[in-house]
Amino acid sequence: MSELLTDRPGERRLFLGNEAIVRGALEAGVALVATYPGTPASEIGDRCYEISRQTDLYFEYSVNEKVALEVAAGAAASGWRSLCSMKHVGLNVAADTLMTLAYVGVKAGLVIVSADDPSLFSSQNEQDNRYYAKMAGIPMLEPSSPQEAKEMAKAAFKLSEDLQLPVLLRTTTRINHTRGAVTLGELAPYPGPGFFPKEPFQKVMVPMVARQGHVRLLEAQARAADQAEISGFNRISGQGTWGIVTSGVSSSYVEDAVAELGLQDRMRLLKLGFTHPLPVNLITKFLASLERLLVVEELEPYLEESLRAIAQAQGLTLPIQGKSPALFSRLYEYHPALVRRVTARYFGVPDKVTEPPDPAAVLGQPLPDRPPNLCPGCPHRAMYYSVKIALKDLGLEGVFPTDIGCYTLGLLPPLSMADFLICMGSSINTAAGISRATEQKVVAFIGDSTFFHAGLPGLVNAVHQNHDFLLVILDNGTTAMTGHQPHPGVSLTPPGYPCEHVPLKRVVKALGVEKLWVVNPFKYQETLAATKEAVSATGVRVLISEAPCHLHVHRLQGKKSKARFRVTDQCQDCRHCLDYFGCPAMQLSDKPEEGRMLIDTDVCTGCAFCVQWCEAIRPVKPGSK
Amino acid sequence: MNNDLNFKKLRIFLTGVGGQGTLLASRVLGEAGLEAGFAPLVSETHGMAQRGGIVVSTVVLGEVKSPIISPGEADVLLGFEALETFRALKYCHDRSLVIANTAAVAPYPVAIGQAQYPPVASLLQLMGEHVGGLLAFDAGDLARQAGSALAVNMVLLGALAATSYLPFSQEDLLHILRTRTNPKFLEANLKAFQAGVDAAQDSRYWLRRPASWH
Repeated sequence: MSELLTDRPGERRLFLGNEAIVRGALEAGVALVATYPGTPASEIGDRCYEISRQTDLYFEYSVNEKVALEVAAGAAASGWRSLCSMKHVGLNVAADTLMTLAYVGVKAGLVIVSADDPSLFSSQNEQDNRYYAKMAGIPMLEPSSPQEAKEMAKAAFKLSEDLQLPVLLRTTTRINHTRGAVTLGELAPYPGPGFFPKEPFQKVMVPMVARQGHVRLLEAQARAADQAEISGFNRISGQGTWGIVTSGVSSSYVEDAVAELGLQDRMRLLKLGFTHPLPVNLITKFLASLERLLVVEELEPYLEESLRAIAQAQGLTLPIQGKSPALFSRLYEYHPALVRRVTARYFGVPDKVTEPPDPAAVLGQPLPDRPPNLCPGCPHRAMYYSVKIALKDLGLEGVFPTDIGCYTLGLLPPLSMADFLICMGSSINTAAGISRATEQKVVAFIGDSTFFHAGLPGLVNAVHQNHDFLLVILDNGTTAMTGHQPHPGVSLTPPGYPCEHVPLKRVVKALGVEKLWVVNPFKYQETLAATKEAVSATGVRVLISEAPCHLHVHRLQGKKSKARFRVTDQCQDCRHCLDYFGCPAMQLSDKPEEGRMLIDTDVCTGCAFCVQWCEAIRPVKPGSK
Repeated sequence: MNNDLNFKKLRIFLTGVGGQGTLLASRVLGEAGLEAGFAPLVSETHGMAQRGGIVVSTVVLGEVKSPIISPGEADVLLGFEALETFRALKYCHDRSLVIANTAAVAPYPVAIGQAQYPPVASLLQLMGEHVGGLLAFDAGDLARQAGSALAVNMVLLGALAATSYLPFSQEDLLHILRTRTNPKFLEANLKAFQAGVDAAQDSRYWLRRPASWH
């Protein structure tokens, strides 16, 4: 039984922010959850999958975020409280839905979790999704701790129902991936079947209906503003004539800073949790009591700009600052000492400044980096190797549009198999543009999950337009990067996974691709031959590289290859393996006089790929070391 | 056990490389903190950073709301790998306690000869000059002797529990291990934990004694 189903109200548990959100939704009686995995939101879906195997909760890993939001919108229109979670850039994919869903509205509560990623721990940008709430005109809550994440997730369903609007629960990585004490409340029972009430002249967004939809949205926003004024998530504390307005995880840094600087008697804090629409009256009263104000928020000056606008409208002239070269940056996440330092500087009080030791200065030289790398035994590396050798043998230099997944690590040397990446699915369409505009050989890479997410329209387009590139679909049977979630083409599923299998090969053929190769990338000679054919052909070509993620097979089936390999004294020290392959199991001997390669048998997975192209690599005989 | 009624706050920084069990160690510390009545915060690295890269987590206890630790503000550094422990020196202050696994995991640029791994002995010596206490030993070796090469995290937890820095007891941590971790590995984990406790009692491993140590 999932720990999130613990039915002991009042008990405290150590939950990840993402788990706290799931618990809050369960306490609100959520009946449907849909998601597409993406760091830092992935655990919301993963926990819901587990729970859906144990309760009546309906859960799906949808094919992308737009699909997920529309599934949730349909269920919410039918009276089921629904949750839809995604990483920040996922909301770009779902944005088309979101903007008009705000006109359509909801019947039962619909909560959309957007997990933003300041500092880009695992993302392609650090956009600030608070602007989505403003643009769509929907209410937004921003938690500052796991406990608050649970409370807000729960409250968001009621708010959504009261206003008949979807609610954005906007988190950042530090909230999603922080564990904290969460007090359990009552779990809600399964609501039973829903019912879809037919109201076509409110819910079919043709122009005449949508014109009224916009009117309803503005009316609901006015009611949302009233709710913001009385929300317990917006709190004023402290005393004095200096002030700070803050939200999200920054508010914890602010609280620590105020305590450590000893400013409790001089500083008033307005911690905002209900951040769209903003509580204008509350803010006006707060500003009117102050001499100067600092705004502490990560990323964009979302609050700061609104506060200035409110002050202007009210004729208040106190200094309001946040983002500036001397204060806070719009870049990256903040940390406690940074917030303390800037607070001290802005209000002109002393800070205890201690300069931490700089390891490189202490050592007197830079420290070696530790870049992430594809795992040993990873099928992507084997496929990349064959493409590199095929191009070399053919005397060609390829251009490599790539996509989002583990294989993006092919960017790093020695693979260097990534030249252009924007977002999910961009590999296929940018390949089309590059191949049209140049005479270069274009080989694009996309993973299986990403292909289902955003690759299908691009491939249809490429066939229809008769573009000229090779698309390699790196099919490892799972969504590996985010923790091995299933997708429609999945070949390895978690136990009890109830869904239909949609074979990738059939989909590619059905989209009109006639030149198709399917290889097992660990079979080197066959893969190399197929890759040469595919590279040399013209028009839209697809090569599917089919081999499961080694980590996933190992975890799911507990299977471990016993085969291991070693470098014999035949090694001529040519370093081809380092220059073209770069498996983490391969390293230089730390005895340079021996001058040859080693395979670390503890790291080697026994995939037996390198042994097919290097004569100096041979199997380790069983029993020997 | 720390019976200090003046306990205010403790910030623990854990660093290592993917697969070394830093996340479980931080979670165990957090759970023990919760049972002891605190409202601990445990911050974790997930996602891309785990593919052979550096894995960092933090545990904060007491009068502190921020879930992460700024440079210069870690009271305890639990280092799972020698180079990464040294890299995290920037999170230490001059009273920090460092518990360091001396075992090295070569990063890829080192493995392929593009960079040099600095000698572990000099890393430790330099580190000792900038912190309040330094306990260093081969936790990988102790883990293997305890029956599981993967139990480096348990060895380091044991060593930390044997110091006076935590606001809860060794027994409190053991209780979490017994009730909240995989029973399949419990025996090896308990042995590894005890090996860590013993290591902390061994004066040879203390490269620098904390002033408050007695």
